[in-house]
This record gives sequence, C-alpha cells and structure tokens, in this order.
Amino acid sequence: MKKRIKTVNKAMLKKTLKTGGCGECPASCQSACKTSCTVGNQVCERK
Amino acid sequence: MLIHRINMNGHLAVLDINSGAVHLIDETVYDILGVFDGSNDDETIEELKDKYEIAEIKEILAELHELKKEELLFSPEFAVPDTFNEEPILKSLCLHIAHDCNLRCGYCFAGTGDFGGNRAMMSKETAEKAVDFAIKGSKNRHNLELDLFGGEPLMNFEVVRHVVEYARKREVEENKNIKLTLTTNGTLLNDENIKFLNDNRVMLVLSLDGTKETHDNMRPFPNQAGSYDAAVNGFKKVIDSRNGKNYYLRGTYTHYNLEFAKDTLDMLKVGTEISVEPVVGIDEPYVLTEEDLPKICAEYDKLAEAYLDYRHKGIPFNFFHFNVALDNGPCVAKRLAGCGAGHEYYAITPEGDIYPCHQFVGRDEYKMGTLDTGVERTDLISKFRHTHVMTKDACKTCWARFFCSGGCHANADTINGSIDIPYEYGCKLQKKRLECAIVLQAILTDEMNDGSEDLRPVIDNFKYNVE
Repeated sequence: MKKRIKTVNKAMLKKTLKTGGCGECPASCQSACKTSCTVGNQVCERK
Repeated sequence: MLIHRINMNGHLAVLDINSGAVHLIDETVYDILGVFDGSNDDETIEELKDKYEIAEIKEILAELHELKKEELLFSPEFAVPDTFNEEPILKSLCLHIAHDCNLRCGYCFAGTGDFGGNRAMMSKETAEKAVDFAIKGSKNRHNLELDLFGGEPLMNFEVVRHVVEYARKREVEENKNIKLTLTTNGTLLNDENIKFLNDNRVMLVLSLDGTKETHDNMRPFPNQAGSYDAAVNGFKKVIDSRNGKNYYLRGTYTHYNLEFAKDTLDMLKVGTEISVEPVVGIDEPYVLTEEDLPKICAEYDKLAEAYLDYRHKGIPFNFFHFNVALDNGPCVAKRLAGCGAGHEYYAITPEGDIYPCHQFVGRDEYKMGTLDTGVERTDLISKFRHTHVMTKDACKTCWARFFCSGGCHANADTINGSIDIPYEYGCKLQKKRLECAIVLQAILTDEMNDGSEDLRPVIDNFKYNVE
C-alpha cells in the first residue's frame, strides 16, 4: 500500500526506445506565433 | 538529475525524468526526496531525523526503493534510440501564402508581415509546387501537415482556395492524410471563406490576445485603430459555424499585460480552446523582464487553479499548455525530434525559398534551397536533426527535457546567435507551465483512479473532428 505516494501513470519512455519513431505524429512547433505545441502536448498516433 | 519535485500551490508531485512516471506525494515525501538520491539512506535519515520520526523516514525510504526497483523512480538515463538515427522524413510544411498583413501588430516577428523583405503574395504555381514538394518529401508517411500562414493568408484567399483544393486532390491520388491549418487574425473572415474552410476541414489558429484593451494595444490596423471588434466578430462567426470545434484561440502576452490570466479567462467570451504564449524579442518595451518572472509564474498558478476549478464545475476551458498526456505521450524519438524545424519541417516563402521554419524566413544564412533546386543545404538538415536535448549542454541535465524537447531553435538563434544554446528565459516559463500541467493532469488522473469522473482533457494532436 502506497498511501503517501500515489503513482498516477506508468513508465512510458523506455519502452518506446525500440518501438517508436514512426513519425506519423504532427510537428510540434514551439514558436510563439503558431500552435505552440510542445511535444508534451501531444499523444502517440499509434495508440 | 533523475527526478524533479514540483510544488504547485501546495500540490506536491515528483516526476521520474527518464521514465515519465509521475507520483503525487505528501510533504514528508517531498522533503525526503529533497535529500534522497536513490541510495543515500543514512544521509537522508541523518539530515531529516530532527524533523520526522526515524521510523517514518525508513518506511518512506522503503517505498521509494520499491518504486526504484519498478523503474518508476530514479530511472537511469538512456542513449539516443536507433529509430531516431534514421534519415528524417518531411512531415510538415508551412506555406507563406501572404507576406503582407492588414494589421500592424507591435510585436510581430514577421516585420508586420513582410519578414524583412518585400510584401509579396505566393502564386498558385508556387503553392502547387510546395504541395508536391511536401508529398514527395513525406515518402511513405501517411500523415502530412500543411500550414497556411502569413502575414495574413486571407489577404490571398484565391491562393488559399487553390492550394487547399489542390492538396485535397493530391491527397486522394497519393493516399495521404493531409492536415490543413490556417492561422488568421480574423478580420477578413466572411461567409464565403468560412464556408470554404469548413467544407475543406481546415483547422484554424485564431489570433486573440485577451481583453479588448490588451488586444487593441498590440494588434492595431495601420491607422492605429484596434482590431478587437473586427477579429472577435469573425472568430465568433467561424467558431459558431463549426459547432465550437476545430480551432484554437492563440494569444501572446507581453510586458504590457503581465496579468495574462485575466486576459486568458476573458477569451472564454469568444471560445473555449485557448493557447497563450509569452512574447519573444530584444530591446523592445514590450519584452518580458527578469523582474516580471515572479508575476508571470503567479499568473500560471492562477490559471492552473482556474483550470482545475472549471473542470470540477463542468465549465469548458481548454488551456492548451496544460494538456499534457501522462499516459500516452510521444515516443523518445519524437521527444528528441522536437519541433522538427530544418529536418522534418520547412517553411516556403512566396518566392519558393525553403527555410528551416517560418521564424527563420529572412535569415539568409539559414536559406536551405528553393522549390526548384530542392534542399541544397544538407549540412543544415544534419545540424538541425542532431541538435536536440541530448546534445545541448543546457538541456542534457534539465528535468523538462523530454516534455519541452529543447525549445524553439529560432528563439535560441535570435537571442544567443546559435541553435545550440536555448533561450533561457523561455526555458524558465516553459518549465513553470509544465510543472502546472504535470500536477494538474496528475490530480485529474488520481481523481479518476479513485472512482471520480474522468475529467482529463482529450488530446487529439490538432485533429479535425468531423461531426
């Protein structure tokens, strides 16, 4: 029981080291004049 | 650094940097993680024994060791994945449909539309060539993005219409899924172009800075009259016409409106999908200063509380920068590719010149080729491809590296004269809003795990939703 520590998600980065890179997700321009989408604001297109 | 502790308005969390795992924690755990590095149990106990019972510290350390064993905390660093070392494939192209604008915004990076050159319009022929260049460059990739940009692209609506129809035709011929986005100041939206943009599934980025006063101060017409009324009139009409979907209101805050939480929430009068960004510039009165930083951070905290409060009350408010996917975010290769400028993403000027992105247009040393020659500066492709968070000194050790992906290359070049050195002020703001985003999404996820309604935002990569 982890009462004082609540884990909210699973580890996701490491498992994509070999499987990722299909490139179907959109670009993520971070300039202040476009959609300014950081990578963190995206999801994987495959899932 | 392997972990990052976050305290947002008293909400405490810890991010495991190399796995992406997030944990909500209490104050004792927060304090312990300020000392504990994954193995120094004795030192941690010694340092905190006057504040907490030793048994309590030991109990928490045991939990932390368990999480470490499960690779959810203190996960080790990893090397650049092989999938990232493959040849880049084009995924996005920004078409500068009009190097002209009918507004004279005070902070315009594009020199109020002309990008430091002549005011010019893209021709139909160049626009077609650009679409073909994008399709060819995208190789076997199914998805392809085309951004219709300016200046104000609706000043050249004839070419917008032409290129959209051409892209939709070529999309079928080549079995692609082309996502179209148009950025507009809204003042030229009318029934005709709205119907066309809706019929052709064009996502919209609508430039709005907040209240009428804030907007008019920085976004006037050439005669200095404010553009708020004309812009909002167009925005309301187009948002209504597409059932409140498939758009983002996008604002810029400056030194003149440091209380941008108020401006952001005011935008809810117009629409619920909102993105607001800090201005970037040098030696201008509107530029954000070091003294502004604490105020700006407090504004993000205010926005974060409003975001949470509105979600709990069922009031629609999507603040784009707080919508971070904790579960199904992008792969490591994507997180290294970052914005893709110069290797997966290019901008095309009205003359058909190729630049790494729209922000680099007009910087001669970054001109990569033309639509007739193709990309000649392959050295620049390689440079952009291999300038990422695992090569840049400032990013290598930054906790936010896999969320921000290294920041804007153009801003780095503007401020530091090199894409290797990130724009530090921008990093500070990025980190603040990421902290808010991570904690907010952790809270919403935790509430869902505890049986409450799932109030997390839908993150759909700017996909056009058809009714």
